Amino acid sequence: MTTAEVLSPRRMAWIRRWRTVTRVWREFRRNRAGVVGLVLLVGACLLALAAPLFISEMELSVTRAPGPFVASPSWDYPLGTDKFGRSVLDLIWQGSRVSLTVGFLATFMSVFLGTVIGIASGHYRGWVESVLMRFTDWVLVLPTLVLAVSLVVVLGRGIGTIIIAIGVTAWPVTARLVRAQTLAVESRPFIERSRALGGGHWHVMSRHVLPNVMPIVLARTTLLVAATIIAESTLSFLGLGDPSLISWGSTLQEARDAGATSAGLWWWIVPPGIAIALVALAFTMVGRALEQVYNPRLRERL
Amino acid sequence: MSLLEIDDLTVTYRTAGGPVPAVRGLSLDLPAGQKLGVAGESGCGKSTVALALLRLLPTTATVSGRILFEGEDVLSMTWGRLRAVRWAGASIIFQGAMHSLNAVHRIGAQIAEPILLHESVTQAEADLRVTELLTQVGLPPDRARAYPHELSGGQRQRVMIAMALACNPRLIVADEPTTALDVMVQAQILRLIEELVRDHDISLMIISHDLAVLADTCDRLAVMYAGRVVEQGPARQVFEAASHPYSAALSGAFPRIGDPASRLQPRGLAGDPPDPAELPTGCSFHPRCPSALDICSHVDPELWPAGESEAACVLVLPDQGASLAEEAIR
Repeated sequence: MTTAEVLSPRRMAWIRRWRTVTRVWREFRRNRAGVVGLVLLVGACLLALAAPLFISEMELSVTRAPGPFVASPSWDYPLGTDKFGRSVLDLIWQGSRVSLTVGFLATFMSVFLGTVIGIASGHYRGWVESVLMRFTDWVLVLPTLVLAVSLVVVLGRGIGTIIIAIGVTAWPVTARLVRAQTLAVESRPFIERSRALGGGHWHVMSRHVLPNVMPIVLARTTLLVAATIIAESTLSFLGLGDPSLISWGSTLQEARDAGATSAGLWWWIVPPGIAIALVALAFTMVGRALEQVYNPRLRERL
Repeated sequence: MSLLEIDDLTVTYRTAGGPVPAVRGLSLDLPAGQKLGVAGESGCGKSTVALALLRLLPTTATVSGRILFEGEDVLSMTWGRLRAVRWAGASIIFQGAMHSLNAVHRIGAQIAEPILLHESVTQAEADLRVTELLTQVGLPPDRARAYPHELSGGQRQRVMIAMALACNPRLIVADEPTTALDVMVQAQILRLIEELVRDHDISLMIISHDLAVLADTCDRLAVMYAGRVVEQGPARQVFEAASHPYSAALSGAFPRIGDPASRLQPRGLAGDPPDPAELPTGCSFHPRCPSALDICSHVDPELWPAGESEAACVLVLPDQGASLAEEAIR
């Protein structure tokens, strides 16, 4: 107690925040799968950032790549080469930059939009709900590709357009899920209590509804990351992305176009798929671990 | 001046099957420092009254009448003023403490919630108050770090009481505070509420179906039936010498210790509470009333003085309601 009086309130607040961080970390660490997922994700991000230090532009050039064409894995090319003589390992490495950027940003954007719209429509009800939900239904039935094509016409080609195109088309499902969960949470007595406490709309939504819909949001996020990485490949394939950029999706697409499946060129088509699956898996593991940290009842069962 | 004055309160729920009146012209009066008990069966509108006090009813409810809290009409308050009165003026101990606590927050944080909402205090000061409040309700202060599911039913109800005290309200409304608890814990919780209310000079309104519990705790009792007060008066008199047949049946429904007759022949009440959408004509209690007269299906009496209390029954009217009967026949 004596130390508490000496410390200034601001310092107290910082100490408390630091304690919260260390507590979350301590509880997160208890979940081994979560730690493995986190290591995978951090590793993938670091590798992606470091890629330009190890891969020269020439090695990724379609015309000047040094390797033999479509060679199976060897010492020099651990994952073989593609039809231009580029190392598949280098392609995956370089491709992680675009794939992870698009995967994270587009997922974040759509989950954010979906959560905000879902909670708002579930909380306010009445005409706000009607307007938001009709808008959601409208976006839900819009064909993603057509919308993306029109966005490219307006915004111009590039990775940013792809992120926006995925972000604005993938949120309605999240919004519907979050709204359904919000309605369930809002009917619980502790919401009535928090209103009786004198809490306003923002207080109820941020303090009581959000933590209770978080498990669904996290589950949706882990699923969306894989979906957006694949969506990026679809859009790149349609020529809506920057054709000079290498991504996991575009590598997969090129391999498929070259008939890698029927020719048995497994080293070309399998690695990008595994890379996508690994990132999605890592995300799922981290998501589950976070859910356990934030949901005290799940924590007990560990 | 009364702390709380409810005047001709009417609450009607709009449903798919048409309007359903839950409260029909209810008037209550709670002077500062007093303890008022509101009794009645399930569905008689007693919880609706509790929620109406702080305007917490769903939007499907139409409310009319006046609810004066410290002279201010709650029903016509601005949103900002209403939020300030909620909890800082009057707080609620909800029924079912398990569900009224948010499972994902520590109980310390939940007790601090109203303090942080209503007062400009730092988190550290709020934590200090939480420690104080937990001690007052007889919980060790380190329980502040527990989650609701780690506490027993009685402990959770203590947390709810600590929360109700958090902002030093003038009125506490306890809505069935002991319903889900076993008898021993029930008694502890009631004693605790009584003590705290006395020490802090807070007025109390307890809502319950258990007339015996209310008679033991409260100064005055109001018995509700089908959205109306059918009898009110000093607690002892209403419980032991009820004037209205319904209050008599309600107090007779509990066996009395030391009275073998009541144990061998427990008096209950036949039938179910009336459907608020289709109330019987005349006195809404007459189909179940053991002492109903012919005129009861025609007249619906107002509250009338009966000794120290008031009852809404033709039996307490002068001349057994002869004049009303004449009027009904005419």
